Amino acid sequence: MNRGRLSQTNMTRQQVLDLYFLDARHKLVGIAAFLDRVERANGKDDFRLKAFRAALGELRGSKTEKARRVLLAFSDRTTKPTAKAESKGAVGAWSGRNG
Amino acid sequence: MRYIEPHAHMVSRVTDDYERMALAGCEAVCEPAFWAGFDRSSAAGFYDYFRQLTEHEPKRAAKFGLKHFCWLCLNPKEAEDVKLASDVIALIPEFLDGANILGIGEIGLNKNSRNELKVFEMHVDLAARYDQLILIHTPHLEDKLKGTRLILDLLKGDRRIRPERVIIDHVEEHTVELVLNSGFWAGMTLYPETKCSPARAIDMLETYGQERIWLNSACDWGVSDPLAVPKTAVEMKKRGHQGTTIDKVVYQNPKKFLGQCPKFNIG
Repeated sequence: MNRGRLSQTNMTRQQVLDLYFLDARHKLVGIAAFLDRVERANGKDDFRLKAFRAALGELRGSKTEKARRVLLAFSDRTTKPTAKAESKGAVGAWSGRNG
Repeated sequence: MRYIEPHAHMVSRVTDDYERMALAGCEAVCEPAFWAGFDRSSAAGFYDYFRQLTEHEPKRAAKFGLKHFCWLCLNPKEAEDVKLASDVIALIPEFLDGANILGIGEIGLNKNSRNELKVFEMHVDLAARYDQLILIHTPHLEDKLKGTRLILDLLKGDRRIRPERVIIDHVEEHTVELVLNSGFWAGMTLYPETKCSPARAIDMLETYGQERIWLNSACDWGVSDPLAVPKTAVEMKKRGHQGTTIDKVVYQNPKKFLGQCPKFNIG
């Protein structure tokens, strides 16, 4: 029952840029400022920053499905259930440990 | 513009939100049972919550001409306690004949633990035995992919479960295809930071089509927007989508899925 990908859009590339460029630019500056902020602060990186940098790498070049690749870069890709829920919340990136 | 809000936690919203939704064109709001932000201490706490969902919220909604429907379960965040879950699940059949009950939800996983999976399985069994629709919560953020796969494996392994009667909510770009290709319905949740934006949701509609898919706000006690669905409809219009397409996504699709429950009668 596979759904093929349609990639429909009603807009030209120019129209997409007109509608979304400023918002995307704003978010990109925010990401750059976040990295500046982290690098100014003392202390070590943790798994979240490592995953963040890996996710950024998925934006380069002509790879398609960038949003999906970014989400995968943050994801726990193991397949077995964890022994116990050690917390209730998610933190945004997989730590590499399974409880 | 008419729409249906298929997933909103109205117990945690003020009455003004019902008014705003009605003004924006909402015709029905559907409320899954969820985590209150703290762990309830007993099955009796859940009993009172179920009464709130089945007796009190419909009256609040009706003040603005809105129909209110609900789903019942013990939420995945409280599912580490299997004994409590069992006690709560035992309470649910008493409520299933209620006039606004749609089915079992929002069940699913949170941290993908063995106990959560056990409790999910218990809920699926309940839904199968009582022929109920199922609404599923997929985990947040880094846990979503793994949880979605575990959920799909369990559902596909139970021959009683008909995919067209199950909606798997909170899909994102890395899980939507898994869900749709397995024959289930997919819900896209318009919620800040942890889920989709309107633009991303419309991107997925354009990529995967508009069949077996719906939008919802899942507004709750966190920072969230009960008008996220009509706002996304406006963004679809900005992108040049026809009114018939928008109506299909925000009204016809939820009506089709929810209409499988005979109680979902909104005219």
